[in-house]
Amino acid sequence: MGRGRGSLPDTVEGEIIVATYALTVNGRQAEVDVDPGTPLLWVLREHLKMTGTKYGCGIGACGACTVLVGGVATRSCLLPTSLVGNRSIATIETMASDPVGRVVQDAWVATDVVQCGYCQSGQIMTAVALLKTVRKPTDAQIEQSMGGNICRCGTYVRIRQAIARAAQQLG
Amino acid sequence: MLNRRTFLRASSAAAGGMLMTLYIDLPARAQSPASPTYPPEAFIHVRPDGTIVIQVNRLEFGQGVQTALPMILADELDADWSHVVGELAPAADVYKDPIYQLQMTGGSISVPHSFQQYRELGAKMRAMLVATAADRWRVLPAQCRTESSVVYGPANQSVRYADLASDAARRPVPGEVRLKTPSDFRLIGTPVRRLDSRAKCDGSLRFGIDVDLPGLKVALVARPPVYGGRVKSLNDREARAVAGVRDVFEVPVIRDGTGIAVVADTFWMAKQARDRLNIEWNLSGVEHADTSQMQTRYAELSRTTGNVAVNRGDALVLDQIPAADRIVGDFSFPYLAHTPMEPLNTTIRFDGDHAEAWVPSQFQTMDQIAIAEVLGLKPDQVTFHTEHAGGGFGRRTPLDSHVQREAASIAKRMRGTPVKVVWTREDDVQGGYYRPMFVHHVEVGVGPRGMPAAWRHVIVGQSHIIGTGPPWEGALVKKGVDELVVEGTADSRYAIPNFHVSAHQPTINVPVAQWRSVGMTHNAFVMETLIDELAVRAKIDPIAYRLALLSPDAKKLRNPLALLEEKTKAWRFRVPRNHAVGIACNEYHQTGVACAVEVSVENGRPRIHRATVTADVGMAINPLTLEAQFQGGIVYGLSQLVAGGAITFSDGRVDQRNFDGHAPPYMKDAPVAIDVHIVPSTEPPTACGECPVPVICPAVVNALFRLTGKRYRTLPLDSI
Repeated sequence: MGRGRGSLPDTVEGEIIVATYALTVNGRQAEVDVDPGTPLLWVLREHLKMTGTKYGCGIGACGACTVLVGGVATRSCLLPTSLVGNRSIATIETMASDPVGRVVQDAWVATDVVQCGYCQSGQIMTAVALLKTVRKPTDAQIEQSMGGNICRCGTYVRIRQAIARAAQQLG
Repeated sequence: MLNRRTFLRASSAAAGGMLMTLYIDLPARAQSPASPTYPPEAFIHVRPDGTIVIQVNRLEFGQGVQTALPMILADELDADWSHVVGELAPAADVYKDPIYQLQMTGGSISVPHSFQQYRELGAKMRAMLVATAADRWRVLPAQCRTESSVVYGPANQSVRYADLASDAARRPVPGEVRLKTPSDFRLIGTPVRRLDSRAKCDGSLRFGIDVDLPGLKVALVARPPVYGGRVKSLNDREARAVAGVRDVFEVPVIRDGTGIAVVADTFWMAKQARDRLNIEWNLSGVEHADTSQMQTRYAELSRTTGNVAVNRGDALVLDQIPAADRIVGDFSFPYLAHTPMEPLNTTIRFDGDHAEAWVPSQFQTMDQIAIAEVLGLKPDQVTFHTEHAGGGFGRRTPLDSHVQREAASIAKRMRGTPVKVVWTREDDVQGGYYRPMFVHHVEVGVGPRGMPAAWRHVIVGQSHIIGTGPPWEGALVKKGVDELVVEGTADSRYAIPNFHVSAHQPTINVPVAQWRSVGMTHNAFVMETLIDELAVRAKIDPIAYRLALLSPDAKKLRNPLALLEEKTKAWRFRVPRNHAVGIACNEYHQTGVACAVEVSVENGRPRIHRATVTADVGMAINPLTLEAQFQGGIVYGLSQLVAGGAITFSDGRVDQRNFDGHAPPYMKDAPVAIDVHIVPSTEPPTACGECPVPVICPAVVNALFRLTGKRYRTLPLDSI
């Protein structure tokens, strides 16, 4: 897997190597200088100042950090920046201009899904990935796809309803 | 917490350090209407473009108060709802709870305590706008009417609120205003979508953890593996070698312990550095809690009478009832973590004679005082911003404000630099402030018609109030019993004669706190499963049995039970084979909730196909949010039931680390469908947020009994 431009370390400070990575995030090029092991989550949040993607557990067990990498729903807290390569990254911040993303966001608003809202970026990204693959998901498919996303406010019933609403909109 | 009709006022006095002074007044004060000293200009800002910004005196963390309070105010104001914005108010006296005089969000008080206040604010502002328009037109205010942010005069002349606002602000605030009659409400009682929804769906809403400032640094703290442990020695050479690390130093943490703070440019750098710290801890002299040993000790204690909470009738009647007519139950509940999705965090910049804080705070008054105390400032020298929080469930209200104290210690050292202290999920899962572990031992004597004739009940578990000092203890501890330990049993609405409840409240080196619905989490489980057992024994329908046993004045429970009967009669007796129905009800903060669930067993776990929930919350402000709160509260309650829900200790250390070994409910654990029905009411609004939580677990295990013949008295449910 490619490491993008600057695959050779530019800087050495202490024991942590810092390298430059060129990422394509939401259709835009961005260059970051980070330790290769830095999870994509923290590059998005702290280097690119895109805080819509959330930290919930750091071990891929809650789904709050879900983004699309090469179109695939991915736990950004587990993906080292050095392994992103030339795959494009899509985050919650670009979903309003994504044809499926917009429909899903609108369905979420129409269903009044959110409570605290902290997990909802990840929920929406997971739902978008599902609906891009399966246009009319069954209850079992919804449960399987959304099954790894924790919502402590317990919005699961409305998440199911919103996905059904979005699926209907997408026809 | 603070659910009693007790009046607490916090004030700070800087005399040789900060002193917390809390006064306790009589309930009479609590029932008086909102103070007339709330100036509308502190709550309402009408912008020239017609936007009406309303300050919300609570934390928004999912419950929908940022929509509900503006709805109440906007209704009396006759504001154009499409141009209303709700903002979370900073810490200030004017934003304190009108009854408790503390700025806080807890005990499900937000709407019940601020309903009158926000109505009056809206009505006063409206009166000022109308009077301004009437003066301009040289007519009487009574000749004017208002609609959708416009004042209309007798000749049908009109003027927008936005064009009146600056003149209206110069008028005196009226002392008394007439409020609408409920039939005139346009927003209250209607389903209104949340104001914060879009920003929470496009990633733009800023939570506390998202706060960014010029020059911001991020700090993580390595805390001792046993509460109260201290740093014995530190080798930070490797940690300091991590790029971006700015400082590494010892800080005080809870229970007189110390930890090591690592300050770096980013979270990831701080975490890399923290992982490379080499710390030797001094763990001697602190109790090493061990939950299996505690289980044994608690079980022994539960066989002895504790401090008496209730002694009604003659409990000795029980001993005259033959063993065959007695039910004896031993119940066990683990420590529970709250795990709000947004990990704990606080950002502070200390400038010497002033500080600024950005906190997702459930308790601004106390957190502001705590920060000031650590920094040697007065509270009003700490500008305190209330940030949106990603859930809380009680985790953001510890009475010691320990998260803020720790952050202030770090900010003090980093003077001039804004520092955001972030807890990792591991820090949160292992960090304490849990719902305490509890054991109950109950003996029930069955009398005529299968009704309980005598009831002896012993509860064992930590109090999070005892030991905190006079204000809280004075309000909540009666004759050595913390009301929050026994609530749900001691104040049961069932008319049980010969009723004896006592409690042992051991001191354990594990910090504990309130957890959404507090004492109800375990007491309602015990009561509602035993009532079900009695109903089965008596061969009476579980709803009918409850209605028969409830005290005649328990209308807040009778109403939802009657509604539950009506709403479930179409399905309750017609569930598929291998499915069963369980019932439970509970009253908390004057709100009654009843619940029916349809359950089967799939892969050794309860599968909840549907839940019907009914509630009497008084007047419903926003039925759409109420439905959401009840659906969500049901799921939150299931945290007690899911297999990975417990926090356990071995030799002082928490056995769980993160959402791998410690699992809250996922979608598969939650009911597939939850229908919520609110009892129609014109009574003042009562609590909402905590009230659905206690009913779900007893309802589910009551259903499971009908499938397996087993009674489940130990949570979480490890096997069926």
